[in-house]
Amino acid sequence: MSALPAVAQPILRLANVTVTYRDRDVLDRVDLAIQPGERVALVGPNGAGKSTLLRVAGGLLRPARGHAELGGMPVGALDRLEVARRLAVVPQQATLPFATRVEEVVGLGRLPYEHPLRGARPADRAAIAAAIERVGVGHLLGRDVRELSLGERQLVLIALAVAQATPLLVLDEPTVHLDLRHQVGAMDLLVDLNERDGTTILAVLHDLGLAAHFFPRLVLLDAGRVVADGPPAQVLAPERIRDVFGVDPGLVRIPA
Amino acid sequence: MATRGESLTPAGLALGRAAGVRGRPFVLAVGGIAALVVALVLGVGFGSVLIDPADTVAILAQRLTGIDLGRAYSAAAETIVMDLRLPRVLTAMLVGLALAVAGVTFQGLLRNPLADPYVLGTSSGAALGAAIAVLIPVRIAILELGLIQVLAFVGALLAIYTVYKLSRTTGLAPLTSLLLTGYAVGSLLAAGLAMAMYLSGAQLRQIFTYLLGSFDAASWTRLAWALPIVAIATVAILLRARTLNGLLLGEETAANLGINVARERRILLGLASLATAAAVAISGLIGFVGLVVPHVVRLVVGPSARLVLPLSAICGAALLAYADLVARLLGEIPVGVVTAVIGAPFFLAILRRARAGSEL
Repeated sequence: MSALPAVAQPILRLANVTVTYRDRDVLDRVDLAIQPGERVALVGPNGAGKSTLLRVAGGLLRPARGHAELGGMPVGALDRLEVARRLAVVPQQATLPFATRVEEVVGLGRLPYEHPLRGARPADRAAIAAAIERVGVGHLLGRDVRELSLGERQLVLIALAVAQATPLLVLDEPTVHLDLRHQVGAMDLLVDLNERDGTTILAVLHDLGLAAHFFPRLVLLDAGRVVADGPPAQVLAPERIRDVFGVDPGLVRIPA
Repeated sequence: MATRGESLTPAGLALGRAAGVRGRPFVLAVGGIAALVVALVLGVGFGSVLIDPADTVAILAQRLTGIDLGRAYSAAAETIVMDLRLPRVLTAMLVGLALAVAGVTFQGLLRNPLADPYVLGTSSGAALGAAIAVLIPVRIAILELGLIQVLAFVGALLAIYTVYKLSRTTGLAPLTSLLLTGYAVGSLLAAGLAMAMYLSGAQLRQIFTYLLGSFDAASWTRLAWALPIVAIATVAILLRARTLNGLLLGEETAANLGINVARERRILLGLASLATAAAVAISGLIGFVGLVVPHVVRLVVGPSARLVLPLSAICGAALLAYADLVARLLGEIPVGVVTAVIGAPFFLAILRRARAGSEL
């Protein structure tokens, strides 16, 4: 298995993935390949299967047919730790049962590297500090995450994923709780992580305008199927917006 | 143990300083161990026969470490200390340790600050198992103790498994669901315990002490049964601190952080039940230790299980040693009464705060 050729391997590949839930295909024969260094937005109406696709990619959900690969390895053949070192997930929301400080939450990103006995080591400390710096949550240190605003919590969860230091970063609606200014701030951060650090990014986004403005490649999912995949102007053609979203295409501004 | 903790490595100091918690784990560890030593001397000295603390120290030094402090003490004092009081104090400490560690584990695993072996019905399951073992006529004492341990473990496992499975099938919020299910199953098990008492005849008093919680019957033999079990369970849980930390943000995030949640849950539920059962088998139902101790420790050092587990072990041991001392000073009342008087108001206070929302 280690003798794989050195040609560019997709960092994430879904091959003919079908996920069935109560007799309904949540994902229907989905094929998708993302190359290292890409920045991809996954868009589509509610219930299109976007979150399900992310869960298949992370190995949390085993598809009824087809399979997912991370860096050429079938996800099902990797153990949880190996997956966690390849792919970090920023959840839509998360709950905390106990008071937990910002740096403690960000520090959870180092769990995949921690020694079971010794815990975090200096390298982990450095990664945590760097992630806090990179995402710009330094001013929140020492505060209980449960007392932060929704937007601040989102940034803390992104910092956790950055501390995880994986080549692939997956986000489930990272802007959902943010006001416009913070939405743009989060998008700038993702672009920066992608362009400066080379992190491959796959983000589920609801806002087509944000997706089109900040992502060079869009994947449009509808009723479990990939109906378009390409640059924003091509994917978000007016007739397709009318078909898939059932709204007036004039409501969505696509940058030229 | 605590010196390996979060805030004590050089780079961690910078983060810890920002939060003003630098050195807290260390202070709590030293304070807890000092409290344990004082509890040992006081606990061995106090009782129906008062033994001079200086004599107590001399006897303990001579018998435990072989150091002769050159102080003359009576043979009667030595017998009381070594055969009656010392096993009792050490039993209280071991039980406190086991219940606190089980409490941290249940709380982290079930992501519920109100979970503890007593509230979840695990202790009741263990007590019923132990009571059934008492009713089975085994003539050889040492085997009887073993049977008590085994059936206590079976009872604890069945109880937590039932509560866990049932709590996941209700339509209620997880916190509410778990507490209500624990209450219902615990009540049923308590009825079973009452039935065991009804059927017991000559063993009534022994089963009765399971219900009340007491260290009256503490002995070196009983301690020798529980000690290795608690030690193994505690070490195994300490090695899984990472799992408990990963679960802070939920099961899905834990899985994304590299934790095999389903497997770890089975293992940790089993280990926490094992520690609970070993404790209940030698002391009966003692409530709220597993609730109060981890909560206070978390307030001081934060939620990291790497710190909370060992520090709760120390503080749990100290708390129950002092609770037993109070119980004895009040005329041999059951120690479970003392912990309930401390713990029940505490439980209500946490419940009041939980309403404000523990959601992130």
